[in-house]
Amino acid sequence: MQRTLRVTSYIAIALVVFFVVMAFLVNLTPLGENRWLRVFFSVSALNFTLRASVPLILGALCGILCERTGIINIGIEGMMLAGAFAAFVAKTSTNHWPLMSSLLFGVAIALLVGGLMGLLHAIFSIRYRMDQIISGTVLIILAGGISAYLFDRNAVAQGKFGAIAIPGLSQIPVLGEVLFTNPPLTYTALILVVVIHVGLFYTRWGLRSRACGEHPRAADTVGINVNRFRYLNTVLGGMLAGLAGGFLVLEAVGQFQEGMTAGRGFISLAAMIFGNWMPFGAMGAALLFGYTQALQNELLLAGVTTVPRQFVSMIPYVVTIVAVSGFVGRVRPPAAEGKVYETESESE
Amino acid sequence: MSLSSLRRIGYMVLIPILAVFSALLLGAIVMWMFGDDPLAAYRGLWTGAFGSARAWSTTIRKMTPLILTGLSVAVAFKAGLFNIGASGQFLVGSVCSVAVGVNFEGLPAFIHLPLALLAGVAGGVLWGFIPGALKVFTGAHEVIVTIMLNYVASLFAAWTVYAGGTQGQTPGPLWDRTAGAISRTPEVFESARLPWIVPEPYRIHWGVAIALLVALIMWWIIFKTTLGFSTRTVGANSKAARYAGINVRWITILTMMIAGGLAGLAGAIETLGLNHRFAPEFTGGVGFQGITVALLGQTNPIGVVLAAFLLGALEAGAARMQFDSGVAADIIQVIQALVLAFVAAPLIIRQIYRIRKPSDQVETTVFSSGWGR
Repeated sequence: MQRTLRVTSYIAIALVVFFVVMAFLVNLTPLGENRWLRVFFSVSALNFTLRASVPLILGALCGILCERTGIINIGIEGMMLAGAFAAFVAKTSTNHWPLMSSLLFGVAIALLVGGLMGLLHAIFSIRYRMDQIISGTVLIILAGGISAYLFDRNAVAQGKFGAIAIPGLSQIPVLGEVLFTNPPLTYTALILVVVIHVGLFYTRWGLRSRACGEHPRAADTVGINVNRFRYLNTVLGGMLAGLAGGFLVLEAVGQFQEGMTAGRGFISLAAMIFGNWMPFGAMGAALLFGYTQALQNELLLAGVTTVPRQFVSMIPYVVTIVAVSGFVGRVRPPAAEGKVYETESESE
Repeated sequence: MSLSSLRRIGYMVLIPILAVFSALLLGAIVMWMFGDDPLAAYRGLWTGAFGSARAWSTTIRKMTPLILTGLSVAVAFKAGLFNIGASGQFLVGSVCSVAVGVNFEGLPAFIHLPLALLAGVAGGVLWGFIPGALKVFTGAHEVIVTIMLNYVASLFAAWTVYAGGTQGQTPGPLWDRTAGAISRTPEVFESARLPWIVPEPYRIHWGVAIALLVALIMWWIIFKTTLGFSTRTVGANSKAARYAGINVRWITILTMMIAGGLAGLAGAIETLGLNHRFAPEFTGGVGFQGITVALLGQTNPIGVVLAAFLLGALEAGAARMQFDSGVAADIIQVIQALVLAFVAAPLIIRQIYRIRKPSDQVETTVFSSGWGR
C-alpha cells in the first residue's frame, strides 16, 4: 500500500517534469513546428486541460468529503447541474448589477443550492436510510427535471469571469500563461485542494471525519456525533459540487444548457477513486482526465487525424473505464462507506 | 396463504401506490409554486394518457420499452447489481438490430425479423458483459463502468449514422445516403419489421406482446428455477452464496448479460416495431427510467409491468399536458424523481401515512457496498 503510493507519486512527479520540459521546448523552440507535438504540448492544450479539470477537481473534492465520512455520493452530477442552473438563474436575474457583484452573487447561489442538494442527499441516506446509490440517482433525475422545467430558453447571462494575471508570476514564459493567468474560480479550486488536504489530515475536524468513515462505532464510542459529521460534510461537499456547476456557467461557458454537466460528475467520481480518496491524488487524476478532453479538442482542431470525431470524443470515457478497472484493487475506499450508522440504542 | 404473507403483499402494493400519490401531490405543489395550474396539468395528463382510444394506444406504446428496461434493471437488482447502463445497452441494441434490418434484402420475414431481434439482444448482451466481467475480474464498480459505457454507446451510435462532416469526414456505415446532411439510417426492410397489431393511426405493434411474454419468462426464471434462486442468493448475501457453492462470479457476469440483453431487446423492438430506423435523437432515456420502473415494481417482473404501465401513461400524457395547460412536459421528470425517492425510502411513506412495517422483514436491496471488491 505505502509502496504503491510512493511509486505513484514518483510517476506523477516525473510526468509533471516531463510536461513542463516539453511545454517549454514546444512553445519556445522550433520543435513547435511539428503539428503532432503542438497537439500534445501547446499552451492552448495545457490551458484547456486546466479549464476542463476544474469542475472535475471540485467534483472529486465533493466526493472525497462525503466518502471520507462514509456517505457514497454518485449524485455529484446532479448537484453540479443544480449549481450550474442556480448560478445561471442568479446571473440572468441580476444582469443589470455591476458585473463582478452579479457574478459573485451567482457563485453564492450556486454554493447555496449545491449545499441544499447535499443536505437532501444526507437526509435521504441518513435519516430515511435510503440506499445511497439510489439517493444519488434521485438527485441526478431531480436536478435534470427541475432545471429543464424552469429553464427560460430566452434568458441570456451577460458576461463571465475574466482571467486575472498574478503580478510577477504571470511573466514567466509558458508557465505564467498556463498557471498564473486564470479566472478566479480556477485559482479557488486549486487552493481548495490544499485547504481540504490540510483540513482532512491535520485538523481535528479531518481526523473526526475520517474516523466516521473508517470505524463509526469507534468514533461514536469516543463521543463523536457520527451522523452530525456526515450531515456537515455532505452539505460542504454539495457546496463544492455546486461551485463546479457555477464554474461551468460563470467562468467556462457563460450560459446554461440542459444537461450541460455531460457526465463530469461521474468522471470526478472516477477521479476520486483513481486518486485514492486523497485531494492531491484526485487533482492528479482530474488533470489526467482533463488532458484527455484537451487532446480530444486539439486533435479535432488540428485536423491531424482521420479517425471519426465520435471515436476521438470517446477517449475521456474509455480512459475512465480503464483507470477504474486498473486501479480499484490498488486503492482502498473508506471502510464504513455506504453503511447506515445507528447508535446502539437505535439498532435495538 | 397465511395472514402474514397477505399482509406482506399488501405492504408491497401499498407503498408504491402511496409513493405515486405523494409524488403527484408534491409535483402539484411544485407547479403551483412556480405559477402553473396543477389541476389543468393533471387533467391534460389524464386526457393524453387515457382520454381516448388514441391516448390508450400511446400509453401502451410508451409502456413497451419501459417494461424491458425496467426488467433489465430489476434483474440486476436481484443479484445485488445496479445497472445504470440500460440506456447504453438500449442504444447498442437499436444499432445492431437496424444494422441487420437495413441489410440482407430478400430474406423471408420469418428469418429476417428474428435475426434482427437477436442482433439487438446480442448487442445488449455484449454491452452488459463488459461491466459484469470488469467487476468480476478487476473489481471495477458496475455503476461507474455502465455510466461511462452509456456515453461510449451514444457516441458509437451517433457515429454509425453520421452523415459526414463538412471537412470531408467519412460518413458512418449505416448512414442513409439519400438523407443528405441528416444523420440517420435508411428504413429497415419490410421483412425485418414487427407487424402491427392495431395499425395506423393507433400504431400498436407486436413488441408489446413480446415484452409481456418476456416479463412472464423472467418471473419464471427468477422465482422458479435454480438459476433464479442462485441469483437471488447472490443478491441477498454473496458470501453466503459462495459458501453454498454458488459460482458468484459467473452469476454476476451472467446477470449483467441478461440485463443487457433485455435492454438491447427494448432497443430492437423500438427500432423494428415503431421507428423503423435509427437516428441520434432516439436517445436511451427509457434506460434511465428503467431504474424508476424497477424500484416502483419492487423488482418483481409483474410489478415491473404495472410500473411500466404507469410511467408509460405519464410519458404519453406529457405532450397533451403541455399542449392543453402550457405546463412544461419536463415536470414529468421531476415527478418521476419523486416517485423514485418515495419508493426507495419507504420510511418516508411510512412516517407520513403512519403505516406499520409487517413483522417479518420485507426483502430490501442494498447496493452501496463501496467501490472496492
